[in-house]
Amino acid sequence: MTEQMTGAQALVRALEHVGVDTVFGIPGGAILPAYDPLYDSTKVRHVLVRHEQGAGHAAEGYAQATGKVGVCMATSGPGATNLVTPIADAYMDSVPIVAITGQVASAAIGTDAFQEADISGITMPITKHNFLVTNAADIPRTIVEAFHIASTGRPGPVLVDISKDALQAMTTFTWPVTMQLPGYRPVTRPHSKQIREAARLIAESRRPVLYAGGGVHKARASAQLLELAELTGIPVITTLMARGSFPDSHPQHLGMPGMHGTVAAVGSLQRSDLIIALGARFDDRVTGRLDTFAPHAKIVHADIDPAEISKNRHADVPIVGDCREVLTDLIAAVKADGRKGDYADWWQALNALKGTYALGYEEFEDGTLAPQYVMERLSAIVGPDAFYVAGVGQHQMWAAQFIGYERPGTFINSGGLGTMGFAVPAAMGVKMGSPETTVWAIDGDGCFQMTNQELATCALEGVPIKVAVINNGNLGMVRQWQTLFYEERYSNTNLQSTRRIPDFVKLAEAYGCVGLRCERPEDVDAVIRKAMEINDAPVVVDFVVHEDAMVWPMVAAGTSNDEIKYARDMAPKWEHED
Amino acid sequence: MSRHTLSVLVENKPGVLARVSALFSRRGFNIDSLAVGPTEHDDISRMTIVVNVEELPLEQVTKQLNKLVNVLKIVELDTTQSVQRELMLIKVRADADSRSHVLELVNLFRARCVDVAPDAVTIEVTGTADKLEAFVRVLEPFGIKELVQSGMVAIGRGARSITDRSLRALDRTA
Repeated sequence: MTEQMTGAQALVRALEHVGVDTVFGIPGGAILPAYDPLYDSTKVRHVLVRHEQGAGHAAEGYAQATGKVGVCMATSGPGATNLVTPIADAYMDSVPIVAITGQVASAAIGTDAFQEADISGITMPITKHNFLVTNAADIPRTIVEAFHIASTGRPGPVLVDISKDALQAMTTFTWPVTMQLPGYRPVTRPHSKQIREAARLIAESRRPVLYAGGGVHKARASAQLLELAELTGIPVITTLMARGSFPDSHPQHLGMPGMHGTVAAVGSLQRSDLIIALGARFDDRVTGRLDTFAPHAKIVHADIDPAEISKNRHADVPIVGDCREVLTDLIAAVKADGRKGDYADWWQALNALKGTYALGYEEFEDGTLAPQYVMERLSAIVGPDAFYVAGVGQHQMWAAQFIGYERPGTFINSGGLGTMGFAVPAAMGVKMGSPETTVWAIDGDGCFQMTNQELATCALEGVPIKVAVINNGNLGMVRQWQTLFYEERYSNTNLQSTRRIPDFVKLAEAYGCVGLRCERPEDVDAVIRKAMEINDAPVVVDFVVHEDAMVWPMVAAGTSNDEIKYARDMAPKWEHED
Repeated sequence: MSRHTLSVLVENKPGVLARVSALFSRRGFNIDSLAVGPTEHDDISRMTIVVNVEELPLEQVTKQLNKLVNVLKIVELDTTQSVQRELMLIKVRADADSRSHVLELVNLFRARCVDVAPDAVTIEVTGTADKLEAFVRVLEPFGIKELVQSGMVAIGRGARSITDRSLRALDRTA
């Protein structure tokens, strides 16, 4: 197919051809030529957001709900730099997005022209790859390459910066195009020798743990993980990025590892003799102090990114490959090996930890709300088929701990970068990617005030998300650290949101949403049910909770996982398992 | 710490040097020397990077480099299995009295005199880092006015070429 058209038309045509149906963005000077043909496209719906950061997080949410590449668009300079945070977020959490930015005309590049910023230079360390396109003829091929890079191997963000003159110039559009990526060859097939070695270690270990990370769901490998776990009888822990990749209700599930993980999950790692890491990266929030992490364990580390293997912890058996292929081969190898590991003593110890140190929380005698109770009731009433989208902080940890996840990919949050303000725009993207599914954003009052302008987008575009604002009037996680490590000196953490500045109910109404408020435990069920009944508008529920609620268990930053506390100054007793 | 020489074949595209050097600084690795230039193939540039790291960080930096989309191939060149050269230009104080002494040293080191002035000579010398260091040491007593040095370039000994297979990969996508 060959046709004469402008670079801008070629861009829109290429986006249509690679299957884009939704783009989040805001126009401006340099990207204006692209918005003209976009206006005519019947295949691509452009969602006009209120801030480019919202466009980026919405693209991330859309990508995670659909498994497709999310797309956001912005103009040069400040439009592009406003995308930096969501691009960095997508890089840390391996979310496939393509960001398309306008750039000043190629002749003006380097002159400090109006709204010029070197966005490809700025995003170099936070993109999987980026492109600066100054020739209209290169646009279709670059778009194909960008989508290919974003979605294959370890997924990630790709930025395509296109100069205004390239968008305006006439070019010959031909389709299909051939990619020119000689240096890009992701490995997905695991090495059979390493797989056999992993199977041998599994049979011979006495205290193994399956440490599942975000890569499990990214490879759509939850069914295989379940099969391997049930075949071998090995306990499973699911990281913040893997919540739901193994059913919470399964008896072999020990919970989440890490700084706010369960005692059973953290304890299992520390006492393990074999950790089988699947699409996980031994993040500092999981390992605690690295030199005391899992001191007795051999490590089988499977990841699609070779650079993750042995980055933080030496892998005894490195396996480079896609998690689903790794698990499929590993299941076959375990069956071929034929031996069954003896984990009876191990399970006895783990079950003791699970029973003694189950997640719990403190209720407040003054009748105010405990935030954890809100999570429990959301979980019970809304159920495991919904998407839950959290920002970062206490509310995120409580959402990870007290909501029961049964299905992969149903908990979406900002894990690696820890981006405040992620939840509302990301939930919007999730809902647009999966309109029939209930989507609850769980947000803190601090996070909510960073990006709640996208409620306007939700109301106008008909995206009925539900937002539970866990309003403790504070930057709660920071306040928790001040309580524990800074002698309760609450420097600049009190937002005073509970004084109703702003009044979140009125704010919701101002944005064309339904605003509800809940301040007492006895009203929680009713308000959740009411929110669930409203499906023609976004709903914001202001859950006013006690400011002293804390996230437990906790491994303090920089300390060993062995120092985990399940409540303030309460260390678990480990003697059960010996 | 030990010195390692990496030969990195990259696509000849704008910004590739920035990607490579930014990766080193962001990941906290120090570059001792870096040289970049064209190869026998128009589409491929070759970087020779000397890093001073332990074995494990070297593995990590190699893996991170390999993730750059524009990087085609990375080979670590062993000192004994490769020829390594640096180029240095040195301006040394040399008047009528001392000039013959300086020129004697130039001959001993198989260097070349490339410019002469009444009170100075400029010398070009190539060789390994050790040889250049030794040369600088013997010239120091005369007074070194200015010195400029290239990064190291290196090539493997024997008939094999590290570019062959990368060229085939490029041809496939062309």
